[in-house]
Amino acid sequence: MLFNLPYIAVVALILIGLAAVIFKRNLIKIVIGITLIESGVNLFLITLAYRGGSTAPIYTATTTEETIMSLPVPHALTLTSIVIGVAVLALMLTLVVHIYRHYGTLDARKIGREEE
Amino acid sequence: MSIEELFNFLLDHSPALIVAIPLLGAFLTPLVGKINDKVRNAFAILVVAFTSFLVFLLANDILTNNTIRTYVFGAENAGSPIVRILFEVDGFSAYMAIIASILAIAGVIYAWSHMKEHTGQDKFYTLVLLMIAGMFGMILTGDMFNFFVFLEITSIAACALIAFYTNKGKAVDAGFKYIVISSIGALFILFAIGILYSQYNALNMAVIADSITFSFLDKIALVLLISGLAMKAGIVPMHMWLPDAYGRAPASVTVILIGATQASLYGLFRMVFSVYGNVFSSIDVTKDTVINTINSVNSVGWMLIILAILTMLIGALMALKQSNLKRLIAFAALAEVGYMLLGVGVRLASKVSQDITIAGETTTQVAFQGYSATALTGSVFHIMNDALDIGLLFLVAGAIYLVTKETSLNKLGGLARNMKYTTVFFLIGLFAVSGMPPMNGFASKLMIYQSTFQLNPIIAIVAILCSILLLAVFVKVFHSAFLGPKLPSLKDVKEAPKSLLIAMGIIACIIIFIGLFPNLFVENIVTPAANAIMDSAKYITAVI
Amino acid sequence: MSGMSRIVKTMASITFPLTMIYGLYIIAHGHLTSGGGFQGGAVVASSCALILVAYGSVWTMGKIKEKSLSVFESLGAIGFIGLAFFGLIFGANYFFNNFLLKQDIIPFFNAVGTGASNINTAGIIPLMNFAVGLKVIVGLFTIVLVMAYATTKLKGEK
Repeated sequence: MLFNLPYIAVVALILIGLAAVIFKRNLIKIVIGITLIESGVNLFLITLAYRGGSTAPIYTATTTEETIMSLPVPHALTLTSIVIGVAVLALMLTLVVHIYRHYGTLDARKIGREEE
Repeated sequence: MSIEELFNFLLDHSPALIVAIPLLGAFLTPLVGKINDKVRNAFAILVVAFTSFLVFLLANDILTNNTIRTYVFGAENAGSPIVRILFEVDGFSAYMAIIASILAIAGVIYAWSHMKEHTGQDKFYTLVLLMIAGMFGMILTGDMFNFFVFLEITSIAACALIAFYTNKGKAVDAGFKYIVISSIGALFILFAIGILYSQYNALNMAVIADSITFSFLDKIALVLLISGLAMKAGIVPMHMWLPDAYGRAPASVTVILIGATQASLYGLFRMVFSVYGNVFSSIDVTKDTVINTINSVNSVGWMLIILAILTMLIGALMALKQSNLKRLIAFAALAEVGYMLLGVGVRLASKVSQDITIAGETTTQVAFQGYSATALTGSVFHIMNDALDIGLLFLVAGAIYLVTKETSLNKLGGLARNMKYTTVFFLIGLFAVSGMPPMNGFASKLMIYQSTFQLNPIIAIVAILCSILLLAVFVKVFHSAFLGPKLPSLKDVKEAPKSLLIAMGIIACIIIFIGLFPNLFVENIVTPAANAIMDSAKYITAVI
Repeated sequence: MSGMSRIVKTMASITFPLTMIYGLYIIAHGHLTSGGGFQGGAVVASSCALILVAYGSVWTMGKIKEKSLSVFESLGAIGFIGLAFFGLIFGANYFFNNFLLKQDIIPFFNAVGTGASNINTAGIIPLMNFAVGLKVIVGLFTIVLVMAYATTKLKGEK
């Protein structure tokens, strides 16, 4: 049970993020929900890389032949995902600034109507 | 070096160059744009033209020789076990690359005069070239995480282009809807890639396909992959962004955006038929696992058929009540996506087991029915036809907007007197979308009708009904916008500028050519592509 | 936004070079320890954002020419793609080839193995790290600067 705790945290983060995107009306809260989902997926990718009793996978820091290192490939996948998340977050916030400047409100039910 | 050696060099390195040259062009565009405006536009068209030349060279080699080309980045071989990123181009990838390059050329030539009085054209051309590079990367890659990265590049560039008219609130809202749904879909896909990596310790599509079993975690990964890719391709019930995004973006962006959504549909084909290909087409030995596998495969197929029918119905019925021209064409594009998904569903839902007696011994063999190959070929052919038809209709709508500054059907009328060429192109597009002979829509829709009828007649009847509804919608649009008396507010409209007419003319000529000689096209180009996607064993042995 | 008090401005001016050197250290040692292009670039961009918050966006916008920012960003990206293209021409004819690693023309780059922790041990990877780091610094700083400047105009209109 203790070793499954990160996976339970992953599912909890993704479900809370999805609930925020679906049920909230404020645009900033929708953006925060997407960031929560992305944090959950990044936590999942990092948790896959752990082996019991391992250290950081740095090649020039090995002293003996029997050091256990954690897998380095999911580290690269998580880093790429964080970079993509930063770019998407910057784009979404810029769009929210434009929407606020045009409509004066941040309620998702009052913007974007076709008959105006 | 001689011309022969130059061609061989370009052909050997073309999978990498097709993605890298638009990327280099995108980063050089701000520096070139400091010289002049016309030089920058010509530079963008030159980059896209050279990339299309490389695409046609590669597709010619693959579709005539029926081979698979792999390209390893960074060394000569991929190492054992396979650790390097590689691009794997088979017949279906080459076919989708042809479609994407035709749409890209049309979009960039169209943007020469469509974007003439707007500010921020530097950033427009940079984002268009980035989106084209992302599209080609999605189509040509053979690695799952590389597919995810190119998917995100395409969707970020597309969102910034949809929200290009920042002075209007509606376009920015359409971009926001697009990026929210697209980003959730991409995160689902990343979650599924993580699950598959944790099970098989590989990110390469061929290596995963070789060692996949249909365990419980694999079923979760399949569901997440299909829903993530369905969100990006605009399949009901995740379709809310499609009418807004197609309808409120600039017309040249919409043409290239069609290519991006079809590249996501290509991803669905690749995941279902190549990565999970051994599950869906394997021959098992013991009797009870055979029946269980057949039942699960058939249920996946029926789920996709239900989603496809819903997409067709919602697209055709909602198009009846629109009064904005571009939004109406966007709903017609939504209905056409349903036709493409129908072929996939029919192929998966038609798997049976038969007892074969060879030399006195009875064995059980698992196979697809005979009509499912026709259904998949029809869907693959329909991808090309739909891209051309809807692209032509959006170009016509953009030309009307450029000349009259109106998009509402209530304020248009009697345009046929002044815009003769545009009327002819709209007529060609109308007949092609609703499946009338002698245009190309008839050939692909006939293949879909005659194969889905054999699975269940109701599916074919719903498909024919949606086609008739689309014909009614577009005849109404043609009558109200082009025929009739001239409105006083539109008294002095001129014909559309020359570059728009050239782009529309190219696509219309291709439509009529495919419509008049469909057999030539189907035998030489579509059937090798459909055979390549159905043959998952060849995909695996090309790498391992 | 307007700047903060004099104490904050002084401390930000002192902290800015230290953080920048730390970020450049992370970029330069990307092939040996953790770090690399994006991580180091994010650290340097956050130190530039510290200057932006302390001195105010109007003052910072006056000190920077936007055209040079765009040129630097393009140079970083072109450097990355250009190094990848060079692998096609020199070396063993593959894209993204690490062409500086096993060649005889410049023997400076040929040292590999454990215990060798210098900047010349990994071929073109440190050069690509520099290019990516430059692009990330300029890109993230531009995003923060434009957003801060946009909220100034927003408060002024309403």
